[in-house]
Amino acid sequence: MKTNLACSHDKASVPGGNEAAGHHLIGLALAGLRFGPGFILAALVLTLGLSSPYFFTARNLGNVLAQTATIAVLAMGQHLVILTRGIDLSVGSVLALSSVAGALVYREVHSSAVVIASMLGTGLAAGFINGFVYVWGRLPHPFIVTLATLSIARGLALELAGGAAIPGMPATILFLGGGSIGGVPTSALVAGGVALVLAGMARWLVWGRWIYSVGGNPDAARRVGIPMRGVLLSVYMICGITAGIGAVLTSGRTAAGSPLFGNLAELDSIAAVIIGGASFLGGRGHIGNALTGALMIGVIRNALNLLNVDIFFQLIAIGIIIVLAVEADVLRGRLEERFRMIQSLRVNQ
Amino acid sequence: MTGPPIKHELRSPELVVRNLSKRFGAIVALDDVSLEVNRGQVLALLGDNGAGKSTLIKCISGVHQLDSGIIELGGQPVHIRSPADARRLGIETVYQDLALFDNLGPSANFYAGRELAGPPWLPRGMRLLRGREMNETTRRLLDQLRVRLPSFDALIGLMSGGQRQAIAVARATAFATRVVILDEPTAALGVRETKQVLELIVQLRNQDSAVILITHNLDHVIEIADRAVVMRRGRNAGETKPKPENRQEIVSMIVGA
Repeated sequence: MKTNLACSHDKASVPGGNEAAGHHLIGLALAGLRFGPGFILAALVLTLGLSSPYFFTARNLGNVLAQTATIAVLAMGQHLVILTRGIDLSVGSVLALSSVAGALVYREVHSSAVVIASMLGTGLAAGFINGFVYVWGRLPHPFIVTLATLSIARGLALELAGGAAIPGMPATILFLGGGSIGGVPTSALVAGGVALVLAGMARWLVWGRWIYSVGGNPDAARRVGIPMRGVLLSVYMICGITAGIGAVLTSGRTAAGSPLFGNLAELDSIAAVIIGGASFLGGRGHIGNALTGALMIGVIRNALNLLNVDIFFQLIAIGIIIVLAVEADVLRGRLEERFRMIQSLRVNQ
Repeated sequence: MTGPPIKHELRSPELVVRNLSKRFGAIVALDDVSLEVNRGQVLALLGDNGAGKSTLIKCISGVHQLDSGIIELGGQPVHIRSPADARRLGIETVYQDLALFDNLGPSANFYAGRELAGPPWLPRGMRLLRGREMNETTRRLLDQLRVRLPSFDALIGLMSGGQRQAIAVARATAFATRVVILDEPTAALGVRETKQVLELIVQLRNQDSAVILITHNLDHVIEIADRAVVMRRGRNAGETKPKPENRQEIVSMIVGA
């Protein structure tokens, strides 16, 4: 074909060897970033096992899992929201409200099923309100509405409970939150079950594909006819349900419903998703990232306890890790850009 | 690659746009614009920036709603209320920004919004994806169109501009049953990649689609278009056969001199 652009676009002068090597190096670095969180978790566990004789005891491992279970469940809901480029700041408060609702219901109805249903229902309702106001209120970002819910749900929980914990939980909830099966905490099994269900849904259902599409390119998703509103509403509802599940686990572990539960849990859940390797920019990551991140937080907390490090240092340590994780996310974007550029040069050579 | 233009004068046009007007507030973007495209024909839509080309194709592809005017498809008047409507009617659009999902692979991009899934009695979102079927079909279509990718499983975000463009055009090619609209499909491409995309457009014509091509590159227009329609300031400014000898005529229609 005849064209007058030929010379200016031909990049024949790029040295082939160097560029191919750079290509492989970037590919390698991208793979490293992808599996990085898993390696870091493994390294943390190994280092801790070597430096404290208590770490690998069954009792301590059980503790780590039990303490991580709630963060993990919240992180999985948060993960779905972040996949769609959103954020849910209300999960900690919704957890508290759900636990109070459950405790109040338990005073009247001594049925585990009803109490569990009331906790999950409260979470679902809060999630629905978040999603509904965000989508149908045409808000530019879910930050504000979930921030409002953070405040309202906590206030409501305090008001309903009269400012103090309400003791008493049915046996099933005590078992789910504090029991164990063959040495494994039931709460960890619950978290595992939630992980399997959500991972399966995200991977095999059309809905799951839609979540990734909406997060990857919202404009394109709208143009190809993906029901944006329904997809967004659904992820906030599921995030609300996971807060309800978190309430069941926490109430079960402490045998009470309390308006003070879940304080700063929203930050833990967001941190877990990010340090687990999912992208804060949406569309990237899977449930495994949320689980890895939650375990990292759990193990770091445990480590600092075992090694007698000042409790305030935990906050600082986790904050530093969050910054590193976000920086890794940015680095990934830049490496992919480079990768693409080299790809174009190769094709046009 | 420049096949002889296929004669379709006797056929009724596949897409007819009649007296279309569209305003945004006080600004008249389209003023009584009409257009016809036949199957097996590449129509080049030309005009300076702001001439109304993009608004026109956005009306046809369902992004904008028309204020007045009629769109007919295969002789029947149609109401296109959304891009999804347009796709259902067999109108595929390759947008300037490609509308690709960088975080997904080729097959997920091909089937975005029309995922193969079942069983049919479930609500659409709850159906199980038929991943293998989508992968195999996508691979076959890309092979047929001779689009070569570094790896079929790679994310689109890791592919070159030309590969991404080729996937967007191939997606439209694979699903269009009536009309394909391409908005600046070769902007920002290298020579070899441009050639590949132009070849795809010729294939589209040969498989009897009606093609509307927006471009600023007159070489490309002369090379592959059967007709050239020029717009200026939201109106029809003229039509001509794109040949090397009336290049100057086309240019003066575009700038209005």
